[in-house]
Amino acid sequence: MTRSTQPISSPGRWPHWLHPAAVPKPLRGWVIPVMLLTLWWAAFRFGWTTSQLFVPLSKVVDTGLRMAGSGELAHALGASLYRMVLGFVIGTAIGLAVGTALGVSRLLENLIGPTFHTLKQVSLFAWIPLISLWFGLGDLAKIAFLSLAAFFPVVLNTFEGIRSVPRAHLEVARVFAFGPWQVFARVVWPAALPSIFTGIYLALIYAWLATLGAEYLLTSGSGIGNLLVDGREHFWMDQVLLGVLVVGAVGFALNWSASQLERRLLAWRGRSTAQF
Amino acid sequence: MPHAATLEIRGLSKQYQVKGDTLPVLDNVSLSIKPGEFVSIVGASGCGKSTLLRLVIGLEDDYQGDILLDGHRIVGTSLERGIMFQEHRLFPWLTVEQNVGLGLLNADLGEARKRDAVREHIALVGLEGFERAYPYQLSGGMSQRVAIARALVNRPEVLLLDEPFGALDALTRAYLQQELQRIWAQEGITMILVTHDVEEAVYLGDRVVVMQPRPGRIKRIVDVPLPRPRDRGDYAFAAIKEDVLSEFSDRPRDELIAEPRERNAVEWQFSW
Repeated sequence: MTRSTQPISSPGRWPHWLHPAAVPKPLRGWVIPVMLLTLWWAAFRFGWTTSQLFVPLSKVVDTGLRMAGSGELAHALGASLYRMVLGFVIGTAIGLAVGTALGVSRLLENLIGPTFHTLKQVSLFAWIPLISLWFGLGDLAKIAFLSLAAFFPVVLNTFEGIRSVPRAHLEVARVFAFGPWQVFARVVWPAALPSIFTGIYLALIYAWLATLGAEYLLTSGSGIGNLLVDGREHFWMDQVLLGVLVVGAVGFALNWSASQLERRLLAWRGRSTAQF
Repeated sequence: MPHAATLEIRGLSKQYQVKGDTLPVLDNVSLSIKPGEFVSIVGASGCGKSTLLRLVIGLEDDYQGDILLDGHRIVGTSLERGIMFQEHRLFPWLTVEQNVGLGLLNADLGEARKRDAVREHIALVGLEGFERAYPYQLSGGMSQRVAIARALVNRPEVLLLDEPFGALDALTRAYLQQELQRIWAQEGITMILVTHDVEEAVYLGDRVVVMQPRPGRIKRIVDVPLPRPRDRGDYAFAAIKEDVLSEFSDRPRDELIAEPRERNAVEWQFSW
């Protein structure tokens, strides 16, 4: 019996230079964005579309440069990021405290747990009417809403992380006569850290999504969301598309910095995931 | 040389409550261990040998009888009693030296003395050069050696070993048994090894305690009066090993032999 020795990706079908694997690994993530941008550019260059609901890439770039030059973009972005960071920090801090308390104490879990698990089922946006009644439409209301968005994932993942600390490790701590604080600081907290980090990671994403939501639904003041609302109302498609691009870029940057931080802090995990 | 402890176990019994039923695990176990002695405990799974160690280390309580270390009843865990588990149980977020240092966290020593002790014990198990490595970078055998260093670093008077090499491959296991023997001779502390490997028990022990299950109790204690280091191929060694093994195979286990049963023609048809 003879076995075929032909490679899995036969060169006859895919020209080498066109095969997706020909793109260097660090650049592969750019393939789809570059293709979309090229398509966008080509659609207007070759007159495939004349729709008023779509504007050429060049016009969006011009608007971006103009708004960046006038400081309008920086002002909006600054306002949004300021609220996001503040809401994220407040929500995460309270979330860590509540999650830790629920994880460490059965009594508190029994007391607070059911209420928490009920409240977390309420859609985040359902809080908006209440928040706007209590806190108005200004920064305070938005920051309260963002804190709430960051709060839930941090509590859940902190709680889960603390509850799943291996009993084997807790026994080691007992054998070496650790006190309660030593058990917490040297076993429970580090063992829970990967899970806690997942919570913070989610909180970051939720906070940024909620920033836009808050600016959309509590329309006062300035921010990237207000830029989008303005653009839609005045039918400035360039401004709307610019807003979308900026929102995406900020989200990407937040995600990237969080994953860099995680890689540093949790280097001890090594390569725990499968490598294909 | 550190002080080695006398361990005295008298009339030790322990039950677990399972769904309202009382399940006896240990029944009237008595054992006296001299300072610096190496005692191996062998038995089939379920004979309570691991429970015995967990009682001596203080991870479980609620027992009848006495466990005395140098004449004092043991209470909870203590730095004078060390243990090594079947899994290495290293903390994955700490390096080798930090893991070993855990044993000294509550020791009454200055920082400089602690650092020296950690370095000495990493050298004792032959892991110089791996001080900064994380557990995920170590092999199973290396991880168990770190666990030995961690258990010994605060110089316990008695070291308990709960099937410490059970999860390792045969070559690594044989090598670590030799290493353990060397460390025991060098440190001169009392060691109690629980294992289901009869050869390991005979190779390392001054005495081999054979336990039988349901409820767990001591069946026989076999002396191993052989000089160290021992030769596994030696006739006397093989004879003692056979002697211990015979305790497990002296009579057929009736409950495991199924009665031959009459079969009808239809069953035969499907028996291929």
